[in-house]
Amino acid sequence: MTPLQHYLALATILFFIGAWGMMARRNIIMVIMCIELMLNAVNISLVAFSNYMPSPVPGRGEVFVFFVFGLSAAEAAVGLGIAIALYRLRERLSVDELDGMKG
Amino acid sequence: MKAAAILIPLLPMTSFIITGLLGKRYFREKSHYLPVAAVAASWLLSMFVIVQVERGETLSWQIYSWIAAGNFNVDVGIQIDQLTAVMLLVVSTVGFMVHVYSIGYMKGDPGYYRFFAYLNLFMFSMYMLVLANNFLLLYVFWEAVGLCSYLLIAFWYPKVSAANAGTKAFLVNRVGDFGFGLGVILIFVTLGTLNYTAVFGHAGDIGTGTLTAITLLLFVGAVGKSAQFPLHVWLPDAMEGPTPVSSLIHAATMVNAGVYMVARSSPLFFESTTTMFIVALVGTFTAIFAASIALVQNDIKKVLAYSTVSQLGFMFAALGVGAWVAGLFHLVAHGFFKGLLFLASGSVIHALGGEQDMRNMGGLKNKIKITYWTFIIGALAIAGFPGLAGFFSKDAILEQVFLGGYWYFWIVAITTSFMTAFYMFRLIFMTFHGEPRDLKAFGHAHESPRVMWVPLVVLAVPSALIGLALGFPPGAGHIDSFLRPVFEEVLGAEHHFGLLEGGLMAFSALIGIVGILAAWRMYVIRPDLPVKTGARFQGAYRVLLNKYWIDEIYFALIINPVRALSRGLWRFVDINIIDGFVNGSALFFRGVGNLFRPAHSGKVQSYLFTMFLGLLVLLAAYWILTL
Amino acid sequence: MYGFQEQIGFPILSVLIFLPSAGALAMLIFMRGRPQLYKWTAAIVTGLNFVLSLVLIGFFDHLTAQMQFLEHTVWIERLGISYHLGVDGISVLLIMLTTLLSLLVIPASWNYIKQRELAFFASLLFLESGMIGVFAARDLFLFYVFWEVMLIPMYFIIGVWGGPRRIYAAVKFFLFTLAGSLLMLVAIVAIAWLARPNQFAAPVFDMDMLEAAVFSTNVQFWAFLAFFLAFAVKVPMWPLHTWLPDAHVEAPTAGSVILAGVLLKMGGYGMLRICLPFFPDAVSMFVPYILVFSLIAIIYGALLTLVQKDLKKLVAYSSVSHMGFVTAGIFALNVVGIQGAIMVMFSHGLLTGALFLMVGYLYERMHTRQISEMGGLAGPFPVMAAFLLFFVLASLGLPGLSGFVGEFLSLVGVFTYNKAMGAVAAIGIILAAAYLLWMFQRAMFMGLNDEKWYKSPDFNLREIGTLTPLAALAVWAGVYPNTFLDLIGPPVEKIVNDLAPYLADNGDAFSRLLSSLGGF
Repeated sequence: MTPLQHYLALATILFFIGAWGMMARRNIIMVIMCIELMLNAVNISLVAFSNYMPSPVPGRGEVFVFFVFGLSAAEAAVGLGIAIALYRLRERLSVDELDGMKG
Repeated sequence: MKAAAILIPLLPMTSFIITGLLGKRYFREKSHYLPVAAVAASWLLSMFVIVQVERGETLSWQIYSWIAAGNFNVDVGIQIDQLTAVMLLVVSTVGFMVHVYSIGYMKGDPGYYRFFAYLNLFMFSMYMLVLANNFLLLYVFWEAVGLCSYLLIAFWYPKVSAANAGTKAFLVNRVGDFGFGLGVILIFVTLGTLNYTAVFGHAGDIGTGTLTAITLLLFVGAVGKSAQFPLHVWLPDAMEGPTPVSSLIHAATMVNAGVYMVARSSPLFFESTTTMFIVALVGTFTAIFAASIALVQNDIKKVLAYSTVSQLGFMFAALGVGAWVAGLFHLVAHGFFKGLLFLASGSVIHALGGEQDMRNMGGLKNKIKITYWTFIIGALAIAGFPGLAGFFSKDAILEQVFLGGYWYFWIVAITTSFMTAFYMFRLIFMTFHGEPRDLKAFGHAHESPRVMWVPLVVLAVPSALIGLALGFPPGAGHIDSFLRPVFEEVLGAEHHFGLLEGGLMAFSALIGIVGILAAWRMYVIRPDLPVKTGARFQGAYRVLLNKYWIDEIYFALIINPVRALSRGLWRFVDINIIDGFVNGSALFFRGVGNLFRPAHSGKVQSYLFTMFLGLLVLLAAYWILTL
Repeated sequence: MYGFQEQIGFPILSVLIFLPSAGALAMLIFMRGRPQLYKWTAAIVTGLNFVLSLVLIGFFDHLTAQMQFLEHTVWIERLGISYHLGVDGISVLLIMLTTLLSLLVIPASWNYIKQRELAFFASLLFLESGMIGVFAARDLFLFYVFWEVMLIPMYFIIGVWGGPRRIYAAVKFFLFTLAGSLLMLVAIVAIAWLARPNQFAAPVFDMDMLEAAVFSTNVQFWAFLAFFLAFAVKVPMWPLHTWLPDAHVEAPTAGSVILAGVLLKMGGYGMLRICLPFFPDAVSMFVPYILVFSLIAIIYGALLTLVQKDLKKLVAYSSVSHMGFVTAGIFALNVVGIQGAIMVMFSHGLLTGALFLMVGYLYERMHTRQISEMGGLAGPFPVMAAFLLFFVLASLGLPGLSGFVGEFLSLVGVFTYNKAMGAVAAIGIILAAAYLLWMFQRAMFMGLNDEKWYKSPDFNLREIGTLTPLAALAVWAGVYPNTFLDLIGPPVEKIVNDLAPYLADNGDAFSRLLSSLGGF
């Protein structure tokens, strides 16, 4: 059986790739995809823990994954909607230009 | 008696309201009907009241509770006794005559209705002032007559000098009222009541220090209202008002309020020798001070104004030395003859079409005969010519000052007497005798209409005879016995008229006549003398002509510094310090905000980066700490 | 015994409070774009409210200091907050003043406001609700809510319909009062928490219970200070007064009238209602300082008034001086002084309200408020001159009119406390005559600078109609002040009597402040 650490290592690597992408990429679509990457990294760790840890209620970790799926789907829908609206407004999708909240 | 007492003030009040509200639109040139009728009725009622008092009836009547707050209780109430009766005599008679006179004098003035409305308001206030039965009510109408005085001085308000004079009169009086008001409060705090009877009943219980404080504060009020030094400055300026006003308010009635108040409070003043001395001192000093200024004034009304200040000084001198009755007697006599003199001077001014400068008059005695002869009667009365009103009243004062041991005051007073005779006859000779100096005005000069000269004649009668009627024989005349109940506790035993008294009387009569003769010599026989004398004593002449520069001193020492201080406080404290602090604190927070502003670039990714960095730092810290 | 059922049968205080709001809502919802309709609605609603306040006085029992027309409903039980209303003589008098002035500003603003009229009249009505609420609240939380509710419409009235520097003035007004309100909020929460009978009980916001509660001297000290500062800003006391001239100059006429006529009275009312009964031990520590500050306010305010060139600013600064008599009278801590202070509040509401109305009317004709540009106006505007003279005289304390009674009683109160202080305060009366008469002379007397004013109309009936009730009340309060003194007598006596046992020497505020600062 593959040790738990391997799963966790994969999840960590994916998470940091996503985090790096979220901070570094300029295109909104890419940023949203990176967020999905981070959420999935968390999902991997959840499933892994669920499998390796004894629990009074079997499958609790997997249930969380479904919640996260739902959430990420909603987020993607709203996020992509905003992206499309922004594109119509500005004809560009660069995050750098969205500094309307500048102090 | 009650009905009469309440109607006396209420009739003019009603007439004031009706005339004031409807006069402009409905009454116009008929505006005087109602006011004159009201004042005439008040006069009749006053005479009725005086007769009742003469018969020994007095009245003390609480009408309603005015202010009741905690232990502070003051009623609106009326008190009528001999002192009130004496005041009523002067107020109602002169008031009535001035109303009649004004019908002619103010004819055609655009503010005709306004004038009579104000006069009525004044009559109401003055009646209430003398009828009041407690100190607070006295204070109320003290201010109210001041208000009327303000309104009437500034009656011709488009004139800058009139507007200024009105404001000045009110403000100077306010300074006096400040003292008076504090005195009233101090009486209340000390005794817990303000009712005359109650206060005087407990006069003996007050400590000497407090009593002196009370009486001095009250006297400050009297100094303001009766135009004594150093608060006399408003009265000469008050001559900007129409002449009937000068006669009624600034000679015969309102300015006497101070004298009345001190006399009314005699049980208090009597107990404090310090205050009494100060009253006598201020009175005597003002008498000679004002008389000296009157010597050189050229405006006919200004001479009379300073003369009024001087005569009021006499009255205070009398009160200060304890000659209560003599002081009040002089008040009555002065009220009549000075009221007459002002009305007569108004007649002169009327005849010359508004001219007030005596240097432009002269030779009028045949043109306006009635005015001339009534003027002569008034002048002789004030100069103390034997047999006329002033002779008895003023000599009673002089005599008692001397007999009281105040020989130094007597010397000052007798000198003032000389000056009085001199400046009054200087006025007469400059106005009525010699050659006319302004021929154009002289040509148009004419005797006043009947409605104006009748009051002159009417007032000339008491000016001439009231001395004999009330003051003869000296020291034991009718007025002495009449007023005795009021001053029972503060008057010494009656003294007898002896050789010394007779000598003093003759001497002062002589002084008066010498004064008249001196004026005769300077202004009739040798008309070049005044100019020469003026040139010879140029310094003194300029000091007198400029009234000792008192106004200028006030401006330099009080008014301008206060204004400068106020402006400084506003600019510096309000705008710089307080607002500076407020706006400064706003600026401070804005500055702090600017400091951190760059961090909020609005770029979500940089925020995220910071968050991650922070998370890493926290993790690292946790790791190190749990190591 | 003094519930509303027994006394009148319907919750009159709630009606008084919410009728204007209901009117405002109705205007906003149903009457958009129909100016005649909503203006008349505003006039009728405020008129009804004024009549109701007269009914309130009619049914009011003058002889007791008890709170009356009580309404009590639990609101938030867990926090000890209830909807508790009640009035005593002081509240009733001020409610009457509020409804009267609220009524009079409606016709005064009829043609004056040019833009967003609906919002303006609605703001005035909301404002009235808040003001009456403050005077009727018997629950501290409710009091605070109304206190803040009142602030918002006023902020908009200044900030939207004001003069050229309105934003600065509105923000300044808001910040000053908010700073005070926040201090008050902290103090309210603190004493509500500390007054719990045991540690499991809900906080106590009910004012009756708070009056009965006993706080440690230290708590009293700080709570008094916080409340006092909040109220001092409103009064305003020197040196917290600088928002007042700016707010007044920029505010539209109606705003100035309400601000000077009612909002300033909140300060004095709060001191009487909260500072004195809740923290009796702290009072004596502060009295000398408060009196000194009041005297400074009287003299300083009067001196600054002397040199003002803008008519409205002049009236505004004169308020600082007049309100000095209020705080001085209250903290003389005797019946005469406090009754005097309340009379000054009442009379100042009438007179300064009237003076601001007059300045507004003058401005509508001349389009200037600079006194130097006036002069001789008594010629073309005799009725205006007569009214102005009347209010000037009443305001400078001419006996027989309302200003005198209050100021004199307040002076007697201060004089009883300390003679020298009384004498200093009396100087303010001389100065009041100086600045008011000087103003009157420069505006109304002397030569006319331009004949064209003869073509402008004198006061019309609408303007005379708004001023006459104020003048009549000023005469009434001057000639027969007992009508009003009787009303406020019992509650004032209660305040003073309740306070009397605590006036022993509790130390001095300044040294206490220093020592506690040293502790930090």
